[in-house]
Amino acid sequence: MSELFLSAPDWPLLTEIFLRFLMLSLLATGGALAIAPGMHAYLVGERGLLTDAQFVGAIALAQAAPGPNVLFVTVLGWQAAGLGGAIAMTLGALLPSAMLAVYAGRIVGSHPQNPFMRALREGLAPLAVGLTFSTGVLLLTPWVTDLKMMAVVLVTTAVAYKTKLQPIFMILTGALLGGFGLLS
Amino acid sequence: MSKDSGTQRAVPSAATLYWSFTKMSLQAFGGVLPLAERMIVAEKNWLTKKEFVEMLGLSQTLPGPNIINLSLMLGDQFQGPRGAFAAVMGCLSLPILIVSALAIFYSAVADHPVAQGALQGMSAVSVGLVIAMGLRLLGTQRDYKFGWLVMAGSVVGVGLMGLKLTTSILVFGLPSVLVRYWQLRPRSDGASS
Repeated sequence: MSELFLSAPDWPLLTEIFLRFLMLSLLATGGALAIAPGMHAYLVGERGLLTDAQFVGAIALAQAAPGPNVLFVTVLGWQAAGLGGAIAMTLGALLPSAMLAVYAGRIVGSHPQNPFMRALREGLAPLAVGLTFSTGVLLLTPWVTDLKMMAVVLVTTAVAYKTKLQPIFMILTGALLGGFGLLS
Repeated sequence: MSKDSGTQRAVPSAATLYWSFTKMSLQAFGGVLPLAERMIVAEKNWLTKKEFVEMLGLSQTLPGPNIINLSLMLGDQFQGPRGAFAAVMGCLSLPILIVSALAIFYSAVADHPVAQGALQGMSAVSVGLVIAMGLRLLGTQRDYKFGWLVMAGSVVGVGLMGLKLTTSILVFGLPSVLVRYWQLRPRSDGASS
């Protein structure tokens, strides 16, 4: 574990990782997981810095932890090159798309009545709703035949839609049900 | 994004943005967006549902994680670059510490059956939260009839047939924007309509 902190940073490697992730960042339409194949090809295939199992494990870990799933990139960074790797990969993956988002938000938001900007906002809105449901469907697919899991999904949907209960209580309930083996 | 005339809007400071996003992000297991939508629209009244869904649409179309793009745009709208930085750091700073700690101790926890079971339970809940968010946002789309087709098409295409997001933006997003532009296009006065 200590080598993650104490080894001298490998500057050429960190620079290369950073530049590679800068490029991947702007290709990441569809969120963090959309660039996972590109990162996998580089980290596991081309450079051999990580194994397949480590790569898949990093995604699972970030999904289990609180916060955005894009933090799997931070986990990959730790495993591939320690603290420096975590910083290089996280910044590389996020900086370009972040700058683009701020500028695009300003341009689209600054002309509220311009017909083209309005069309852009109002035309993409139904896609946003559709993609939200698509995410639900995709996440649901592995569990459709599992009655207990489907029951939890349905109850959560109803409670979250109809009541003002804080989501964290629902998440804790799910964790307890699963942790006590009631869903397997 | 568009301003609704007459509505009283709360304008958060950079510090408020940071702490609100931190508190929200720390509760977000298995997906941040449903919690963000709840906080931004229902609890804090920073955006209307319609403004939120429009900002989300743009966030999804641009490269980068949706929630990151959304928090940047929201923060920038209220407090400029400082606000954008505050909101995105709220999303990331503490979760980064947690995920880093987990990365270092990973092998000890991840394979334990209790942890596996808990993860499975949390993932079922997160699906429910996502669907409930979709249902809440559905109401914003009443007026744009062509959008219903876009919505249904994207659920079938992306959700059921596994279409890639980039493809879905071209197949559904682009026609949707063009049709909306045609509907909103400036018409010269006196033209027959």
